Amino acid sequence: MANLDSKIPAGPIQDKWTNHKFNLKLVNPANKRKYDIIVVGTGLAGASAAASLGELGYNVHAFSFHDSPRRAHSIAAQGGINASKNYPNDGDSIFRLFYDTVKGGDFRAREANVYRLAEVSGNIIDQCVAQGVPFAREYGGLLDNRSFGGAQVSRTFYARGQTGQQLLLGAYSALSRQIKKGTVKMYSRREMLDLVMADGQARGIVVRNLLNGEIEKYSAHAVVLATGGYSNVFFLSTNAMNSNATAIWRAHKKGAYFANPCYTQIHPTCLPLHGDNQSKLTLMSESLRNDGRVWVPKKAGDKRPASQIPEDERDYYLERKYPSFGNLTPRDIASRNAKEVCDEGRGANGGESVYLDFEDSIKRLGKKAIEEKYGNLFEMYQTITGENPYETPMKIYPAPHYTMGGLWVDYNLMSNVPGLFVLGEANFSDHGANRLGASALMQGLADGYFVIPYTIGNYLASTKFTAVTAAHESFKKDTEEVENRVKKLLSIKGKRTVDDFHKKLGKLMWNKVGMARNEKGLKEVIGEIKELREEFWKDVNVVGQSKDLNQTLERAGRVADYLELGELMAVDALHRNESCGGHFREEYQTEEGEAKRDDENFRYVGAWQFEEAGKWNLNKEELNFEYVKLAQRSYK
Amino acid sequence: MGWFSTFINSSIGKKLIMALTGLLLIIFLIIHLLGNLTLFAGADAFNTYAGTLKKFEPIVRVIEVLLTIIFVLHIYNGAVLWWTNRKAKGSLYAVNARSKETNIFARTTIQTGSIIFIFLVIHLQTFWYPSNFSGGEINLYGLVTGWFAQPVYSGFYIFAMILLGFHLNHGFQSAFQTFGWNHKKYFPLIQKIGTLYAILTALLFASIPVYFLFFHGGN
Amino acid sequence: MNGNNLNLKLKIWRQPSPKAVGAFKDYSVSVSPDASILEMLDELNNDLERRSEEPVVFESDCREGICGTCGLVINGQPHGPIPKIATCQLHMRHFKDGDTIYIEPFRAKAFPVIKDLAVDRSAFDKIIQAGGYISVNTGGVPDANEIPINKNIASEAFDSAACIGCGACVAACKNGSAMLFVSAKVSQFALLPQGQSERKERVEAMVATMDEMGFGSCTNTYACEAECPKGISVRNIARLNREFLIASLSSQNVEE
Repeated sequence: MANLDSKIPAGPIQDKWTNHKFNLKLVNPANKRKYDIIVVGTGLAGASAAASLGELGYNVHAFSFHDSPRRAHSIAAQGGINASKNYPNDGDSIFRLFYDTVKGGDFRAREANVYRLAEVSGNIIDQCVAQGVPFAREYGGLLDNRSFGGAQVSRTFYARGQTGQQLLLGAYSALSRQIKKGTVKMYSRREMLDLVMADGQARGIVVRNLLNGEIEKYSAHAVVLATGGYSNVFFLSTNAMNSNATAIWRAHKKGAYFANPCYTQIHPTCLPLHGDNQSKLTLMSESLRNDGRVWVPKKAGDKRPASQIPEDERDYYLERKYPSFGNLTPRDIASRNAKEVCDEGRGANGGESVYLDFEDSIKRLGKKAIEEKYGNLFEMYQTITGENPYETPMKIYPAPHYTMGGLWVDYNLMSNVPGLFVLGEANFSDHGANRLGASALMQGLADGYFVIPYTIGNYLASTKFTAVTAAHESFKKDTEEVENRVKKLLSIKGKRTVDDFHKKLGKLMWNKVGMARNEKGLKEVIGEIKELREEFWKDVNVVGQSKDLNQTLERAGRVADYLELGELMAVDALHRNESCGGHFREEYQTEEGEAKRDDENFRYVGAWQFEEAGKWNLNKEELNFEYVKLAQRSYK
Repeated sequence: MGWFSTFINSSIGKKLIMALTGLLLIIFLIIHLLGNLTLFAGADAFNTYAGTLKKFEPIVRVIEVLLTIIFVLHIYNGAVLWWTNRKAKGSLYAVNARSKETNIFARTTIQTGSIIFIFLVIHLQTFWYPSNFSGGEINLYGLVTGWFAQPVYSGFYIFAMILLGFHLNHGFQSAFQTFGWNHKKYFPLIQKIGTLYAILTALLFASIPVYFLFFHGGN
Repeated sequence: MNGNNLNLKLKIWRQPSPKAVGAFKDYSVSVSPDASILEMLDELNNDLERRSEEPVVFESDCREGICGTCGLVINGQPHGPIPKIATCQLHMRHFKDGDTIYIEPFRAKAFPVIKDLAVDRSAFDKIIQAGGYISVNTGGVPDANEIPINKNIASEAFDSAACIGCGACVAACKNGSAMLFVSAKVSQFALLPQGQSERKERVEAMVATMDEMGFGSCTNTYACEAECPKGISVRNIARLNREFLIASLSSQNVEE
């Protein structure tokens, strides 16, 4: 067990980033094109990084498994992006955004990083507006803001319900401009299957060309991973079908530490399951809880339709248990309670969902007012479920949504592996144990536009490189390994499909490493995942060829990695004998059922070092809170 | 003029030619129609009209040359567009759902246009050629009413005019769209005017053979 | 659950590679009316895999109608019979028990089939690379509120920017034309003050690339608008025409 050096610059928190930028070494403009940088993933973080690095003059190679960078799942973010502009004059500031983020993260984030995030947040908005992102505006022509996710100030910039889309298209346009200029070479439909190390540095990647199945090698002076989160380990999540952990998991197996894997965010207002064939869960804006009342039948196994359940047989459990916040309790509490009542057999129609009822609001405010506020959400609900929420209550259920954990990085966003940088949701850095609404977009773009362009230059300028090309011995070895793995997957020819295994793993994770965890369940699940992993390698049936477009093979590789990552999540959750943010251990709660942190013993980042399958070493990074006072939250 | 040929040969350039020539033809049709309507006023009126045109023969010839260029451009360009567009589409879908996506007028410009082209050739041969190359004075009124007394000829004429209406109904608003004159406030009006124009043009042109076939007994 | 299931006959286009000759293949499925059409295909694929048969290749990602990855032609209509949704949002309750459903890839010369139902839409990226951006580098930009924009103009620009790049417009067009896609991007920047300095060069470059990629010419049938999952208006095409006409006649670009 080692203590990790986060390389936080000295000095007061307000000056850290400014001083650090001055102290960073620069690469001579004429030399920049001599440096090759690989960027894997072209969502918000990856596209903004690749474009910005290309603009600086580096030789950038960008990789995406999509056909186009515009498809990345950043596109699905609805709500907005935070920035401490204080345009509404309601008391926001860099410090307040910083403070709220650290507190919201339940004191498990690194203060210096969060402060920097808040510091550059305003620049992000400037940059996006300059790119032509059509943010919402006031009648006077200036930008509009709204309050989001229970924030006390209106600091969220938004573009209707499609903020992520518009920001991604902005980054995509900047990236496209560099591709045209030739500073960025775009490799689409390539999936990274290994990180290549030489002389102890990250020097390249091995990818599979998804169109023809060829294994390709690319060398560079530094590798940047911006490959998103791993919520799909649960099979059902709000993530896109292809979102996966393979790139970061391969890097982890090559030595990069995986930090806080157990921090996952479960969103309470998603559309429920309709059947076994369901492929993903769809998120609906949390704002619905402003006017909807959450309830379930009092009796277990009550399968009557909602309209036939009389008022006195309904349990408005959030209002009952949390009288002052009622239906607006924070995400994790609302989610946990929903699962609890469903596990008691009291879900809507006896199934896995709870009612979100607008009847009272419609009576009070009129149908028109509700329609104005939530019209598009109601429409979306009806499109998917075929039920009219103006007449019958909505059914909702929580779903995994975001993973705060990720590869460990220092203040420069470099992992413990020299030359390997990690951005956006793929790293662990800024959200602690719980992410605030409208902060994911902010972090992805902060990392890509305003952090990595500085810090990667320092690494390149201060590192000695030997000549490493794709002909290097390491590339040969790693390529062989990747090819063997592909061959192995195809040769098992078992009886069960990749989805069968993925669904099984998802159920295990959801039930035992989901929103409420306990020692017994975690211990059990570690064994169960190991077993499932063994079965997978014996009984999976991966149909098709290696040298062809083979989606089953793509999924199989990802599921194989989830089967290892899932175990690490459980191991991390088991070791963390406290509850914090998105990690709730049933043994550690206050009398009111609140998460109970243990700051004395767990005020650290748990960064896991891979040793072999099923075996990890824990490294720690102590977290110090000099500017935000440690406090326990309460929502009673 | 390299830039001009690049411009005019671009996909939008070709559309602009269609729109420009189409609009000019729309104007020509109005003038042509007004002249034709003198047929209802009897032989003298019509022949006087034809005679007046003869008096200004040099000007008419110039206009005819211009009209020829406009027609050729419209037809040739239309054919080229149809052919390249067909190639750009490649294969078709197993189920044809076009009627759910588009209206019949827009879908069938090539078909209506082709038949109108055949009509044009016959039309030139029956009226324009004899009136210009028969040598000496001819009774144009007699020539016209003579043709219209033939049910087959009149039938084809009426049929072609209906298709012309189809063609114009799409073409009128389409030309405005191509020139970029699609404004939320005014475009619905343009579409209505286009439809009205198409109906009137088709009806009035067709009314002439109908009149001579059924009500004027061939004379 | 099974009692409510729909029994459907599927005719799915199978084509092993870009050059191979494709054909429809028949499948019978029993599916919950609550499933989406892509979930139905997931299930079919799992059945095929269990029998060690090659599953049907189709693309999808977000399954919320925003990423633009999915795109199937269902009974002759891109994204199926329900207006203003992407394929992933089409639920089986819109079909009747016993229906036969034809599922095909988008068809256009500029969108060659890769395998089965997946097509190559990289031509769209090429068009964006030609000029679908505002040339600003990271940093050094004015404060966001130094560029006031009329709310209605901003809203109109948003309507254009809502394009998800799925290609249904091309697939629906009898001419395989990409005008709706191109016009949406051109419109967004033509409307916004940020887009003014490159206005003429942008439209010229994007149209030239669009033509190079082999898309057809617009003949104003408006099938694109009818099938667009985001309801992008053909007024954008009118604006593109206007922008292109003005740019061609007045820009300084005299190169052939």
